[in-house]
Amino acid sequence: MSGFLATPVGQLALVVGEALALLVPLLIIVAFLTYAERKILAAIQLRKGPNVVGPFGLMQPFADALKMMMKETIIPSGANPLLFLFAPMLTFVLAMMAWAVIPVNEGWAIANINVGILYLFAISSLGVYGVMIAGWASNSEYAFLGALRSAAQMVSYEVSLGFVIVTVLLCAGSLNLSDIVLAQRNIWFAIPLFPMFVVFIISMLAETNRSPFDLPEGESEIVAGFFVEYSSLAFGLFFLGEYANMVLMSGMATILFLGGWMGPFGLWPALGPIWFLLKVCFFLFIFVWVRGTLPRYRYDQLMRLGWKVFLPLSLAWLVITAGVLVGAGWLPKLPAPV
Amino acid sequence: MAFLDRTARQFLLLEIAQGMWLTLRYFFSRKATLNYPYEKNPLSPRFRGEHALRRYPNGEERCIACKLCEAICPSQCIVIEAEPRADGSRRTTRYDIDMTKCIYCGLCEEACPVDAIVEGPNFEFSVETREELMYDKARLLANGDRWEAELARRLELDAPYR
Repeated sequence: MSGFLATPVGQLALVVGEALALLVPLLIIVAFLTYAERKILAAIQLRKGPNVVGPFGLMQPFADALKMMMKETIIPSGANPLLFLFAPMLTFVLAMMAWAVIPVNEGWAIANINVGILYLFAISSLGVYGVMIAGWASNSEYAFLGALRSAAQMVSYEVSLGFVIVTVLLCAGSLNLSDIVLAQRNIWFAIPLFPMFVVFIISMLAETNRSPFDLPEGESEIVAGFFVEYSSLAFGLFFLGEYANMVLMSGMATILFLGGWMGPFGLWPALGPIWFLLKVCFFLFIFVWVRGTLPRYRYDQLMRLGWKVFLPLSLAWLVITAGVLVGAGWLPKLPAPV
Repeated sequence: MAFLDRTARQFLLLEIAQGMWLTLRYFFSRKATLNYPYEKNPLSPRFRGEHALRRYPNGEERCIACKLCEAICPSQCIVIEAEPRADGSRRTTRYDIDMTKCIYCGLCEEACPVDAIVEGPNFEFSVETREELMYDKARLLANGDRWEAELARRLELDAPYR
């Protein structure tokens, strides 16, 4: 067996197997996330939510998926068909690709690369292309407006998100996601860097176009934003991509601030993936909880918050953190340069 | 000082935290949902649902074709034609209600001197074609036969307030 795995074909099979082992549970989580969102929103509004399909309505996501696949794919006559179909695929593929570097447990990352966090940041920045291509290729006013908003919003919030990540990197001393988690052995970064933790949570809401920053798809203003013209499986891919991005950002927050697969106070280290999943669920709950609480921001408020509050705040906190680390001699020891 | 107070509130996300706390309490509170087809709300005896034409206990239809309901109907959805029957009593030969026009105001019920036309407790009479909602006399009488027990009880319950 080990002989087979050493051959190129074996290596390929191994990678495919690893990818499937990650993506299948991920897609199941995404499916049930839509169900959980409806249930949580319903509970907040004193309703019961879906409870007809299957026990407690648990089969609802599959009924929805089936319905979505049965629908007709409509390509508007004014649209650019190639780009129109390319955009949802891009969004979906990017949302899946980013998971390659996420360590679910010690050494469980598919690609344990040393620039993991940069890779994540790059992939999540590319996500805006899916949205922009969709908005442009649809050849529709609403879609175009949604795409413009989305581009401006994601660019604005990525800046402060970058500073938050740099602050964490200063404390961890590594770009490798596993090393960042291991650097939190003594204390999770959420506690000493609490303001940055809050900035990260709010920025990740904006980054994934979720309420209260869901302006790109603000249904009361621009119908559905960049995916107005989409139907059927193309719409489904956008939908999956958006929710997979939510899970991804939750995973990032878990790794950067809540100590990844480590339990609180080092409890039950054998339960690594379970701890990881629990923390991701905590963040996902926050996503939906915020959606159930806050109304949508106005566009200028969103921009003001991003550029005039978050940017100075995260920059100031970065400088303070760096100052404290240098002043107190707490800088993480880096391996000698090669 | 007011500036400091406001800034502190904003940066500590005080109001947002309060809002989140409120929604969290609602999240855990009892739900108001009624599982409709399986659970139903109680109806008032005055509820105005589907129409019915009632009969006397001996089987004789109550309606005497006075056409007061037709006259009072604000949406003019009732059409009545009448002529004397073989035994000399005056009865309707045609009693139609266009249920798509009806606004369920209950005035026909109020106008009726013999409690013949009433609005019953039934509100689940959806159909698949428009034509099925053009009720004729036979349909209304059948409704009356079907709901008579309930109709009599409701009239009795509401009588003290009339």
